[in-house]
Amino acid sequence: MLLTLVRASLQRHRLRTALAVIGVGVSAALLLDMVMLASGMRESFRSLLEARGFEIRLTPKGTLPFDTDASIDSAGALMAQLRADSDIVAMSPVLGGQVHVRAAAGSATAVAIGIDPAVQGDYEVRTGRDIAAPDQLVASAEFLRATGARLGDTLRVEGGYDAQMRTVTAERRLVLVGTAHFLYMPANPRAVAMPLATLRALTGARGDPVSLIMLRLRKGAIADSVQAWIAARVPPVTPISTAAALRQVDQRLSYFRQLAFILGSVSLAVGLLLVTTLVTVSVNERLGEIAVMRAIGVATGSIVAQVLAEGVVIMSAGSLLGLGLGLATAHYLNGILSSFPGLPAAIDFFLFQPRDAWVSLGLLAGCGVLAGAYPAWRGASMPIAVTLREEAVA
Amino acid sequence: MSDSAPVLSARDLRRDYPMGESPVHALRGVSLEVAAGDYVAIVGPSGCGKSTLLNLLGAIDRPTGGTVAIRGEPVERLSDRERTRFRLLHIGFVFQRFYLMPALTAGENVELPLAEAGMSRAERKARARELLTYVGLGARVTHRPTQLSGGEQQRVAIARALANRPALLLCDEPTGELDAHTGAEMIALFERLNADGTTLVVVTHDEDLAAAAKRVVHMRDGGVVSDTRVR
Repeated sequence: MLLTLVRASLQRHRLRTALAVIGVGVSAALLLDMVMLASGMRESFRSLLEARGFEIRLTPKGTLPFDTDASIDSAGALMAQLRADSDIVAMSPVLGGQVHVRAAAGSATAVAIGIDPAVQGDYEVRTGRDIAAPDQLVASAEFLRATGARLGDTLRVEGGYDAQMRTVTAERRLVLVGTAHFLYMPANPRAVAMPLATLRALTGARGDPVSLIMLRLRKGAIADSVQAWIAARVPPVTPISTAAALRQVDQRLSYFRQLAFILGSVSLAVGLLLVTTLVTVSVNERLGEIAVMRAIGVATGSIVAQVLAEGVVIMSAGSLLGLGLGLATAHYLNGILSSFPGLPAAIDFFLFQPRDAWVSLGLLAGCGVLAGAYPAWRGASMPIAVTLREEAVA
Repeated sequence: MSDSAPVLSARDLRRDYPMGESPVHALRGVSLEVAAGDYVAIVGPSGCGKSTLLNLLGAIDRPTGGTVAIRGEPVERLSDRERTRFRLLHIGFVFQRFYLMPALTAGENVELPLAEAGMSRAERKARARELLTYVGLGARVTHRPTQLSGGEQQRVAIARALANRPALLLCDEPTGELDAHTGAEMIALFERLNADGTTLVVVTHDEDLAAAAKRVVHMRDGGVVSDTRVR
């Protein structure tokens, strides 16, 4: 009977109920988006850093990975020094550069990374195979589109292009053996990867420089301890553990999260006030009915339960609407924000996490109960005889 | 007076309403006893305290002084929750303005007190249909109040009042909103109800309705001025 009464009450003013649900839906969508935004960047950054199991990154002193053109010189000697730490089980050196590639159907300038194919953690081969010889390279799908190159083609790759002199430092003929997804690059990059020595030769690098070294640790090793050991013994580099990087991200995003928290709270409060107002109006319209119900013996608890249920139904329906609306909005906004230049394509600003969604919906459901509490208490505590007399006079 | 044990016993009932420095004395020591199976009409001019008395007899208001016992239970001693439960199970109310739930069907209106009493869905549907048939509305179970005439709405209200087989049916101006013809049908229904064993107390201005009662209580200025058994 409770459900019958709730349904009947909500159906009595269908337009009002629909508007309330839409209003709560908009608030819920905003709340969900703020919750997703508050943790989305951090979580997607964390999963990006942990994707290939490297826990520490070494960069030239005082820089962030690929933040500047600075490089770590004498990488071979430095890596030999690092092998003294038994916690380090793998090292992946990476050199960044730029090359110009000529294919049969066209040419293009591309971002190039030089890697050690055996331990690289920068890309995943999607078609074909990985690099197995110095004269091989893999490229992004966008690069293939730009140049018309196909797997198995031999490409003329030029490095160290001097725009004034119209000269290049070196040229190699490399075989395209695979297409790859580059993990840390923006969406649709025009990128190639080749052996480290090949890229060094193309760019005319002296010695054995690298832009970055990624370290994989043995299971159970404490990254912060290894980081401290490197900082003390290897002065030319700055070691950054994943945890330290996340701490820096947390610091930089703290204002962002506070903003999201405040906006989320505001949307929650707006939803609460909206439902409280509507349920209060609805109860005020039915004071006579409520008095009659009490006169014929309907318990106060039943009346309170009915009014609370009305609030919960509006909040729940609005929350479901808001869930869909929030996900759609987040998807749209994420598309815009993720195309920001220089950001890795894998970074999501809005990350849907079921736990956060449940927290949001739980908060809204709780607000639904709160929203109905005052009108329910008011409706159920009016003196019956006085209310009936006032209704009769009205 | 009937020989049966009293269903209702009111002693020295008083009800004052605070109204500035001088309170209004709506009831000034009314005593009344109603036996099981009786049919009592309470009449008198407007403002004489009839409805106030009915509210006190029905335990929806608390007296300033005096006692009300229904089936021997002193209702003024009950807590609000107990009084609500007591009304549900022992007292039926019929109001001048019907006061049906507009969003519920006739059947659902009758089911409301049955559901509150804890009756199963199937049982209360059967009981609601039985009661609506009794008041002549067996074919209107699924109609909403807006689809019923005033007389039909009042019949639904009576069916609702009878739902939990109350010891006492209290009616406040039950023909007040009805035309003469429909009012006459309602009077006939009350006579049938009483003949079938329902104890009735009716507050009314309607002389025809009062004339149908077995006993007429006249009130004036918050007190009983006469109490006459007419049949």
